[in-house]
This record gives sequence, C-alpha cells and structure tokens, in this order.
Amino acid sequence: MKRRVSPAESVAAHAVMVIAVAFALYPVLWVVALAFSGARPPAPHVLPLPTSPTLRPLLDVGGASRDGTWLFGRQLMNSIVVALATAGVGVGIAIPAAYALARFTVLGKEGGVRALLATQMFPTVASAVPLYLLLDALGLLNSRTGLVVCYASTSVPFAIFQLRAAFEAIPADLEEAAMVDGATRFEAFLRVVLPAARPAIAVTALFAFMSAYNEFILAATLLGREEMFTLPVVLQRFVGEYDAQWEHFAAGALVVSIPVMALFYVAQRHLVAGLTSGGVKG
Amino acid sequence: MASVHVRDLRKRFGKTEVLKGVSVEVPNGSFAVLVGPSGCGKSTLLRTLAGLEEADEGTIHFDDRDVTRLAPRDRDIAMVFQSYALYPHLTVRDNLAFGLRLRKTPEAEIAARVAEASETLGLGPLLERLPKALSGGQRQRVAMGRAIVRRPSLFLFDEPLSNLDAALRAQVRVDIRKLHDRLGATSVYVTHDQVEAMTLADVIFVLNKGVVEQAGAPLEVFDRPATKFVAAFLGSPAMNFVDVRIERAEGGFRAAGQRGLSVALDAATFGDSLEDGRAAVLGVRPHEVELGEGGVSLAVDLVEALGPESYAHGDLGGGAFVARLDASSPVKKGEALPIRLRTVHLFDKETGTSLRGAR
Repeated sequence: MKRRVSPAESVAAHAVMVIAVAFALYPVLWVVALAFSGARPPAPHVLPLPTSPTLRPLLDVGGASRDGTWLFGRQLMNSIVVALATAGVGVGIAIPAAYALARFTVLGKEGGVRALLATQMFPTVASAVPLYLLLDALGLLNSRTGLVVCYASTSVPFAIFQLRAAFEAIPADLEEAAMVDGATRFEAFLRVVLPAARPAIAVTALFAFMSAYNEFILAATLLGREEMFTLPVVLQRFVGEYDAQWEHFAAGALVVSIPVMALFYVAQRHLVAGLTSGGVKG
Repeated sequence: MASVHVRDLRKRFGKTEVLKGVSVEVPNGSFAVLVGPSGCGKSTLLRTLAGLEEADEGTIHFDDRDVTRLAPRDRDIAMVFQSYALYPHLTVRDNLAFGLRLRKTPEAEIAARVAEASETLGLGPLLERLPKALSGGQRQRVAMGRAIVRRPSLFLFDEPLSNLDAALRAQVRVDIRKLHDRLGATSVYVTHDQVEAMTLADVIFVLNKGVVEQAGAPLEVFDRPATKFVAAFLGSPAMNFVDVRIERAEGGFRAAGQRGLSVALDAATFGDSLEDGRAAVLGVRPHEVELGEGGVSLAVDLVEALGPESYAHGDLGGGAFVARLDASSPVKKGEALPIRLRTVHLFDKETGTSLRGAR
C-alpha cells in the first residue's frame, strides 16, 4: 500500500530535490556556458552565462576538418563502436559464465571466483605497459579491436559478479516449471531466465558501455594515430600543455554527453528493477 | 491418465539418504497424497516423479512406460509448485500458453484451451495481467490453470496451498478436489498438512524418514494406524500416548500405568501380542473419550472451550492427556474427571508398531 503524502511533506521533498539537482547541475551549466562562449572565457560570475554567445566552438569541434574529412565524426564513431562492442562482448561472455556459477556445481568454483576478484585489484595503469607490448605483438595497436579486447578483459569479471547475483536471485522453480512445461534446460534458460534477468543484464551492459566510453589511460597509451582516437583522448588534446582551448573542450564535452544521455533514456525502461517480483509467492 | 508405479526408489544427496526404498502404487485416475513432516522425503519423491531429481536406484513407471530416466518434458506431466513459479515477464495468458507454445500446438488450439481453463478457474479478467499484479489466491489459480491447459496424464502438486491464508486454503482445497473429479486425471499431491491429506486423498501415503510408514484409504489409515508415528501424525489434537505394561488379570488382559491407571484390553483386537509383562504404549484419540465411570480418571488442569466442543487437558496415568468433550459438559479445572475410553490403540514400546492383530 502506498502511504498518502501530505502537501507539506511533498513541498519539503521537492525543495530538497531542487537543491540536489542544482548542486549536481551547476558545474554542468558552466560547461554549457563555456561551450557557447567565444575564445575569451566568461568572467567568474554567479550565473553561468556565455560571454558573446556563439556556435563557433561547437562548429570547430564537431565540424569538418581543414582537409575536408570529418575527423570528429570518425572519433565519435570510434568511441561508440568500442563501447558497444565492449558491452556486447563483456555481457556475452559473462552471461553463460555467471549462469554456470549460479546454478551448477563447478570444480574449483569458489577458488575461480576469488581469482576473478583478484584481477580487479590492480589499477589499469599497472597493466598499460604489458598490454601495449601484447597488442603490439598481436598487431592490434591503434585498432578498435585491440581496445575492445583490453576493455572486455576488465568488464567481464565485473559483469560476471553482477550477473551471478542476478541469476542466483531468480528462483530455480521458474526453470523447473519451464522444464516440466516442455522446455529443455537451454530453452528454459533462454525463455525464462534471460527475460527475468533483463534489468540486471541491461544495467551490467550499461556499466560496461560507460566504463569503455569514458576510459582514457589505455586509449591514450594504445592509440597513436589521430583517426583512431576515442573521445576522451580527443578532449584531452584540447587542453594540451601549451594551449588550453577551454571553449573547445567544453563543446566537445557536450557532444560526448549526447550518446550517453540517449542511451540512458532508452535504457531507463529496462533499469526499473523488480521485474521478477510476483513470479513466485510474495 | 496414467497409473503410477514406483518400485524401491532410493535417492541420496551427498551423505544423506532421503528416500530409502520407497514403493508407491497410484491407481489410474485416483488422488494420492504424500504426507509427512518436513524432511520425510515427500517433496523429493514428487520431484523424482517429475524428473527434476534423478533416482539413484529403483524404477518409476507411468502405466507400463518406464520413465525413470526420462527428462521432465518427456513425461507428460504438469506440476503446481509451492511458490507457483509463474513466469514473471509473461502475462497470465502467456503463462497459460507457455507449455503449449513449446510443444508447437496450433495457435487456435492454444486459444481454445486457454479460454477453457480460464473459464474453469475464473481467470478471464486477469488474462492480460502480469503475475506481480495478482493476489496470492489469483496466482495459485493461474498456476493451476497452467497445469490443466496441458491436459497431462499426471498432475503433481507440491504443497500448493501453503502460501494461502487459512480461509482461502479451505476453499481452494475443495476446488482442487472438485477439479480432480471433473478432469479425472491421476494426481499426486504433497503436503505436510494432515487435514489436506485426509480430505483430498483417495489413497494416502504417510512418509517418515525416507520410508512409507503406511498407505491406504484415509479413514482406514486414521482408524488403524500401523505405527505410533502414523497415529501421532494424523488427527488434531494429536493422539494421546501413555506408557503402560500389559498384565494378565482375571477375565483377560489389562494395560496398567502409573497412578492406578488400568484399562481392559480386548483380546479379539490385540490377539497374540498380549503378553504378560510386555512394555507398550497406549494410544487414545481425544475424541475417543466420553464422560462416565470406567475406572479411569483424568486430573484436569486446563479446559479449552471452543464453542461446539471443549478440550480438557490433564494427567492420565502419568502422562499429558487431552480429552474432547461436548461443550455442555460441566468440567472444571482441578477436577478428577471420570472418563471411559471408547477405543484404545496399543503400540510396541521399542518399535512403535501397532499391536493390533492381523484381521
């Protein structure tokens, strides 16, 4: 039963939410203001308003390059393709692994899971040099494939943990009911377990996508050619050692955010948890 | 429809032997109830019938078809789970149709069967809902519906009423039995509730520690329990047990207990098992007691008045004892109540087997 909320409570709750949202958005508004400002950054002021509003930075960043190719478009595609592939490969490998760990007796299960956890202890920087050498030997430097392989190697263990817990939360009764109803074990998995785990799978895929999309250190190490850059590397170049083009950095940051916001918008339906509730007793 | 023949079934989980040679015969079209306390193996037996657990030893036949090693989907069974196990992402309609779709039943046929089942169970207004939008009773009906659309030769029920409140449970119990009588398919039903067992069953199997203690028609098992365990398990309030010693007296045998308890034993009922000096357990159901001078007196220490009847709690022959009395009986706490025992049971002190002679 939902409790009825009094008007005073409602006003108070909304006031708190407005403050929280303002707190979170204020820096973002500054980025927006910067992105629409000219070469001279806006003066420090309470209200983040652009000085002499212009679309120049956005066009500089997102438009065609001097040589007529659309470099930024290619870099944006690099980022999206790499992030999607990381999410797909990571979740694709993690689903069967997590299901097996959740349901079956596997020799050395607990030891294996601990080893998996141990791989997560090392910071990415620690593996950057060995990965560089490995990818070089494999001829995968400067390639999206190489980057996806590296990203998936860190997203898979995390995804396995997430999904194992999700599969464990799905009652075995559901699969057994499907098997009595005429399904093979695989059909029961495909038609009952996977749909029931959809919110968890969506969240896990989104996490993998986001971490790959935002990753900088490996991308900066493994990608040397400009046309292979992903967006974090591109953005970093705008505020280089000698010449900080903050308006370009801000414009780039805005464009970078668009795919992520779109993704969250599309995924939010799947992110609503509790799809399994009600299947068994309750 | 099928008859079920289980022969000498054994199943162990790790070091624990859960089924220790169980044999069960269920005639075609009858309603069999497996009843027993938790851990007695009844659910394991049902899951082995379903094919969800594999038997270590023994055989299972449906009619003369050996299904012992068949996968669940090849057994032509339907099962109602304790948790209902409704598919959470499917509407009631799709839950009902799930099994038929897997078996590639034509859509027209599916629609007809779903309509028929929803008519039978009153699911019509719920068909487009998801399970999470249903009450417990509604979920239970959907689970039943999912079983009956399949038209299996055998229905399996795993404590289907245990998640319902008491009032609904009594109602659904009646509905299940009516449905069974209408469909005529063989049913095997697991419960730990002796009232469900008594009311639903054509044939009842009382399980204890992995073996069938007794099988038979419910009233026959109730009236002639083969062991002390069965006697204690069936009936509410439970049968009273008093330690006694069998003694030869003038005109036959008597059961003698502490505090001067002395009950005449019928030689025709107990036959050769009456031996002078044998240690035994006297069993008396609370409702087999009536007021009256019979040489037995109950030291009453509590009276529970339920309305139509009263329960007098007290001490008889050194043990706790409950007697069911008419509500009008003038009984007071502290009283020594003279009672007559209409029927007595006698069990071996060591083995707990009934001392009733073979009829």
